[in-house]
Amino acid sequence: MSTTASVAPELLAKYEPVIGLEVHVQLLTQTKAFCGCSNKFGAPPNTLVCPVCLGLPGALPVLNKRAVEFAVLAARALNCEIRERSIFARKNYFYPDLPKGYQISQFDKPIAEHGWIDVDTPNGEKRIGITRLHMEEDAGKSIHDGFPDSATRTYVDLNRCGTPLIEIVSEPDIRTPDEAYEYLTKLKEILLYTGVSDCNMEEGSLRCDANVSVRPRGQEKFGTKAEVKNVNSFRFIRAALEYEIERQVEVIEGGGRVVQETRLWNANEGRTYSMRSKEQAHDYRYFPEPDLPPLIVTADKQAAILQDMPELPEARRKRMISEYEITAQDAQTLTATRAFADQFEAAAKAAKSPKRVANLVQSELTMRLKAANLELEQSPITMKGIAQAADLAEEGKLSSKQLKQLFDTAFERNEDFGIVYEREKPQQISDPAAIEKLIDEVIAGNPKQVEQYRAGKKTVAAFFVGQVMKLSKGQANPSLLNELVAKKLDA
Amino acid sequence: MTQTVTTEDVQRVAELASLELTSEEETRMVRDLNAILGYVQHMNELNTANIEPMAQVGELAGHEALRPDDVATSLRRDAVMAGAPETDGVFFKVPKVIER
Repeated sequence: MSTTASVAPELLAKYEPVIGLEVHVQLLTQTKAFCGCSNKFGAPPNTLVCPVCLGLPGALPVLNKRAVEFAVLAARALNCEIRERSIFARKNYFYPDLPKGYQISQFDKPIAEHGWIDVDTPNGEKRIGITRLHMEEDAGKSIHDGFPDSATRTYVDLNRCGTPLIEIVSEPDIRTPDEAYEYLTKLKEILLYTGVSDCNMEEGSLRCDANVSVRPRGQEKFGTKAEVKNVNSFRFIRAALEYEIERQVEVIEGGGRVVQETRLWNANEGRTYSMRSKEQAHDYRYFPEPDLPPLIVTADKQAAILQDMPELPEARRKRMISEYEITAQDAQTLTATRAFADQFEAAAKAAKSPKRVANLVQSELTMRLKAANLELEQSPITMKGIAQAADLAEEGKLSSKQLKQLFDTAFERNEDFGIVYEREKPQQISDPAAIEKLIDEVIAGNPKQVEQYRAGKKTVAAFFVGQVMKLSKGQANPSLLNELVAKKLDA
Repeated sequence: MTQTVTTEDVQRVAELASLELTSEEETRMVRDLNAILGYVQHMNELNTANIEPMAQVGELAGHEALRPDDVATSLRRDAVMAGAPETDGVFFKVPKVIER
């Protein structure tokens, strides 16, 4: 079996996939959820642990206030209703990276419920429901490979144990792998804007499990679902879902039945594997956590927390489009991250033409970033540099050719635009007499074109502008040049 | 006394709790659990329709049971590993885990 379609498209089309996603997000607090150990990625193994997160007898958890604030911010950003009184519960299971033998989570009374995200689909905007958002703690990390005795031993690092998480569970509203991808992209964007998480999938601060089933189109009842785990990029989620949908259709079309099970995604092979867990293995025996009181977040408290709510990406794009007269596409690029949008807005407000700033980002900057394989945040040219370039171009002090050259240099030498400009300050010929002299030269050399122009073919002016620009090695002031060429030819 | 907990129930709960019981212990567990549940049954006769469930009493103290997000010193690793059943001084080591 492989990822390539082994099922005929017309068979696939008979079925409708039903997908729900569970996303775990680590919160960017200084400390863990229930103890004061530092919540930091990458510390030497087992150096950020204490009696609470090691689950030593007698140690008691105390909830991190900041984690609650972050959960409330995220919940509201995802349009959830926030519960004033939520309850922590113990989820019981045995695994070596869970020293207490239970995970502190929330069960029947989570902090938030009934939210939604709007995503773009080929058929227009679609609302994906969010069933719930609850708080819980992360487990430690088990390392199964890479040690001389890995054949017989698993190594455990408990630094991550107790890291505050929110789990966001979607309704089974998603119908295609593309919608799942869009949902995750939007979710990540919103969470990044709220600042509650860095959503770094490589470091595991955002993780996603997918529940997927298929049913004959038109049937109301859901099919039997499989849960796909171990997928560590949005691209892989799409691939894993595509694979899993085909697998299930194949099973059903072959006269079989889909079994409810957990399957692991193997990115190297591009397929999912059954974990073959024991039947009935999962019974978490949730019960209220006796070591923690109910979490009370009153309406007043919520209001105070929500004062820190930033403008969210969707609203920001709408505002920027009208405020700076930019296109929806511009707005999409410029709001890729909150930091970048902030920089753009600061630059655009100071610049003479925000539209020109947006254009430079969209064309000159984006193109070069792509070529250099850089992210926006890694750009050698800052938004301040872009704004400076935009102003110089706006004032006619820089031809577009000169601007392109300066951008090239900035990228080659990894310097900001301002530095390159100050050093290389391209000579611009702004002396009318000097330009007129060049124009005369070109006119004298191209009598045929002059004739065409004077016969009424005004577009030939562009030819003269181009020739003079070439002669001036790109240094003629473009607006002055345009003006003088017309004047000379009309004379 | 009504028999609400069966031997199968006890075996299932023991499995979930990773306990290995002898058949003698199983018999005792069936008896004890039925006695406990019988007592709970007795309490169920109370009308609690309008009473909020209370899992613990910390709430009654009335103060906010939250902690400021300030870093506290963690334990020294050598002290932690001194209590580990098996370690290389850096990691906890456990028998190979296959199923997750």
